Amino acid sequence: MLNVSLYRYNPETDEAPYMQDVQLDTGGKDLMVLDVLEKLKAQDPSLSFRRSCREGVCGSDGINMNGTNGLACITPLSETVKQNRLVLRPLPGLPVVRDLVVDMSLFYQQYEKIKPYLINNQPAPAIERLQSPEERAKLDGLYECILCACCSTSCPSFWWNPDRFIGPAGLLQAYRFLADSRDTATDERLAELDDPFSVFRCHGIQNCVAVCPKGLNPTRAIGHIRNMLLQRAT
Amino acid sequence: MVTSVTNLGRSGLFDWVVQRVSAVVLLAYTVFLAGYLLTNSGLTFNEWQGLFQQNWMRAFSLLALLSLITHAWVGLWSVTTDYVTVRQMGAVATPLRLILQSGIALLSFYYLVWGIQILWGAG
Repeated sequence: MLNVSLYRYNPETDEAPYMQDVQLDTGGKDLMVLDVLEKLKAQDPSLSFRRSCREGVCGSDGINMNGTNGLACITPLSETVKQNRLVLRPLPGLPVVRDLVVDMSLFYQQYEKIKPYLINNQPAPAIERLQSPEERAKLDGLYECILCACCSTSCPSFWWNPDRFIGPAGLLQAYRFLADSRDTATDERLAELDDPFSVFRCHGIQNCVAVCPKGLNPTRAIGHIRNMLLQRAT
Repeated sequence: MVTSVTNLGRSGLFDWVVQRVSAVVLLAYTVFLAGYLLTNSGLTFNEWQGLFQQNWMRAFSLLALLSLITHAWVGLWSVTTDYVTVRQMGAVATPLRLILQSGIALLSFYYLVWGIQILWGAG
């Protein structure tokens, strides 16, 4: 029997969040954490969590498993369970709506700030804006982000200043558009980032790199943004 | 863009560059002093005083002191704006943060004056 400790909070009935200890028979299988949650929900339908694709593509089921953020659907028990114990908490640093469901508004506001779309003031070509294979290759490791928020919610700088620090997810996307040969708003984008909070709250501790379920490297992207700011200003 | 009027420069990049340059100066000063002490065993007071009477050593020491102060300001400003915030402790945070930052600035200024007095004082 697997010992599971669940973060429970229903703001309509609970005065404060609490940890609920439950036991689950996994049948000796190396289940994914999402399977465990589904089985627990079958036992207690009031348990709330987000999920959708169950294959690490949609980014809905980012939670904190035994202290580490990740996607429940692609994290097998063998990777996270220690001493037959699994502690499940919501992503840290964001307001909890209920149980494992967090309010992602602050995360999305930061994403919105970096204007996550192509800006090009040149007349649109008849068919498409072409890129060389080399220019396209610059976007690898950037465009794959699924906005699960595992990185930003593992970042202490984002915990303390979620309203002012863009956070690793937003900055990875900021660089995705700064690096795009078809985007012509590079200077405006950089000007928006040159304050003491938006980018420079990153102290390079790389929690984001350690937890990214897609294996991306926001710290490296932030380094590239710093270099672009430095080149622009010196 | 996030507005801020209490950080060292008006841009995040400026603070970042200052912190890195000051760190290099402090490293150089530390390595120099450690090297000097290690290669001059049995150092007398007169030799030590003689070192600090040379103008280049005074300039180097003042540069290190200025680096220490600016480095400390950028770092402690970050600490206060991380932990002493309305988000962390409510409305009391803003006056408390400004008092703390003023205290840090005043103490830094006092150390600067004191350091200049020591370096250029009666020697």
